[in-house]
Amino acid sequence: MKYESCIIGLKNVTKDFSIANRKKNTNLKENHEDLAVSDVNLNIYKGEIFVLIGSSGSGKSTLLRMINNLVIPTEGEVLIEGRNTQKMSHNEMLTIRQKKISMVFQSISLLPHRTVISNIEFGLEVQGVKKSLRIKKAKESLRLVGLNGYEYHYPHQLSGGMQQRVGLARAIANDTDIILMDEAFSALDPIIKRDLQNQLLDLQSKLSKTIVFITHDIDEALKIGDRIGVMSQGKVIQVGKPEEILLEPINEYVKKLTNDINLQKLISASFFHSLTSEAKEKLIKKYNTQIEKLLETVK
Amino acid sequence: MEKGHFKISIADTIDQTVEWITINFSSIFDRFSLLIDNCINLIIYVLTLINPIVLIIILSIIAYILVSVYMSIFTLIGFSIILNLGYWLPMIETFSLVFVSVIISILLGIPIGIISSQHKQLSKFTLPILDFMQTMPAFVYLIPAIFFFSIGVVPGIVASIIFSLPSVIKLTILGIKQVPKEIIEVGHSFGTKTHQLLFKIQIPLAMPTIMAGINQCIMLSLSMVVIASMVGAPGLGAEVYRAVTQIEIGKGFEAGIVIVILAIFLDRITQKLSIIKWKDGGRL
Ligand SMILES: Nc1ncnc2c1ncn2[C@@H]1O[C@H](COP(=O)(O)OP(=O)(O)OP(=O)(O)O)[C@@H](O)[C@H]1O
Ligand SMILES: [Mg+2]
Repeated sequence: MKYESCIIGLKNVTKDFSIANRKKNTNLKENHEDLAVSDVNLNIYKGEIFVLIGSSGSGKSTLLRMINNLVIPTEGEVLIEGRNTQKMSHNEMLTIRQKKISMVFQSISLLPHRTVISNIEFGLEVQGVKKSLRIKKAKESLRLVGLNGYEYHYPHQLSGGMQQRVGLARAIANDTDIILMDEAFSALDPIIKRDLQNQLLDLQSKLSKTIVFITHDIDEALKIGDRIGVMSQGKVIQVGKPEEILLEPINEYVKKLTNDINLQKLISASFFHSLTSEAKEKLIKKYNTQIEKLLETVK
Repeated sequence: MEKGHFKISIADTIDQTVEWITINFSSIFDRFSLLIDNCINLIIYVLTLINPIVLIIILSIIAYILVSVYMSIFTLIGFSIILNLGYWLPMIETFSLVFVSVIISILLGIPIGIISSQHKQLSKFTLPILDFMQTMPAFVYLIPAIFFFSIGVVPGIVASIIFSLPSVIKLTILGIKQVPKEIIEVGHSFGTKTHQLLFKIQIPLAMPTIMAGINQCIMLSLSMVVIASMVGAPGLGAEVYRAVTQIEIGKGFEAGIVIVILAIFLDRITQKLSIIKWKDGGRL
């Protein structure tokens, strides 16, 4: 059922933040380490949760922001349902942002001067949706994230975890096909984080959106990702299902990334259950040998 | 140095310009003058209609609701002193003058500030003008103001507007510029049009700073009342000015203290108005 239609297509996408500087100083040679995102090709399919993982500065946020054109690509094409965002008029882009793609941010993203409910309404308000319908939808999505009763609180009266959930509810209220999430859970404590991850999976099973999710945390990536893309120095170096990333790391970097995963979390992750018993064994074996090695060094 | 003795004739040029404006636009100035005069007279009329003691109690209650018990006690005692010293009418006159000048400054300043904040080129152009307006000794504005509006309350108000308007404009620009770029990005991510971003995000978030600008504007207008009295504006400034010219130290102090009481009252009240509910947590 999945992977039948590509909803986001990235073709040779490159972002060079230093291009403005280079124009001023023509002596500077083309330097590939300057590229925040370098020649990325990627297809993201309708209905999947695609996780981008990679170390700090590897270009994840930049890549994500090129999907809704908050960052304009230097080269290459971003296709939303086959349509090139660079060829859209300003108004078409606004419509895409209003109705097709919404975004959940890492930190300060709630509008401090608006109550929870009117934060959630914001996207609909921008679209000019009627007040009564707005309120109805906002209340629905507030319930989905389990925060009913907090309608008239201001963001500063909520804990960080609650604020994140409001951010998520705001994206859900917009009812867009695509949700971009930039380290949406990374500032949270482990317990709230796990709750929110479960909530997200739960929501996904109900609403079946396309979600692009950025994280630093490999356990989180394994838990929620249908597929995982690993980024390093502006390039997407490996794309695959969780088990592929774990069993067939393409290079040292990916190997290192997957070395110290939490076995218990791995076993409780949903992808693990759908594996063949052969693959399960293989995975456990891999980490078993590691544990044995570890034990030896302790001795 | 001696030989050339070329002097740019700024003074002559300005004199001629002022004369030209006076001749050609006198009817417009007259109408403006009449309007302002009527506004001020109306406000004075209404405020003097109320019994001073009733007004003092009302002000104390406002101070209690908006600020604190202490401010309320201060208001009660302070304004009773003003009444007792016999400065009630000049105080009302000064208040009306400040009120009208601040309202005009707000009506001009906030839109100018908003428009400047939207165009980088424009704010490059407006900021030096504002600096000029603020640093030019305020007395200088009185001279053309007299030319345009003759003697009385109006030239005083005009000089006071020129002097206090820049603070409103500057703090409006600053407030809008200070909105965190993360929040602006949130706006963009929802596909806001320029005016939606401005009215739904930038201006509301700039509001505390804009209110600080209005507070500053009030204080600056109040500081202009003495200068305004030199061209015939009535009120506390006129009392101070008279005391100065007749070397009556005691009288001068009395009038000065009344200005201070009024200033403290207006300052605390407007400061409180500028603290906004959502900012209580201090997180922005
Ligand atoms: N607006 C910008 N102007 C200039 N350089 C930028 C800008 N945004 C990002 N960069 C650069 O692009 C590179 C990639 O940044 P990006 O924010 O995409 O990384 P990231 O993978 O999201 O990192 P993190 O995990 O820390 O959020 C970095 O080297 C960064 O310095
Ligand atoms: Mg980032």
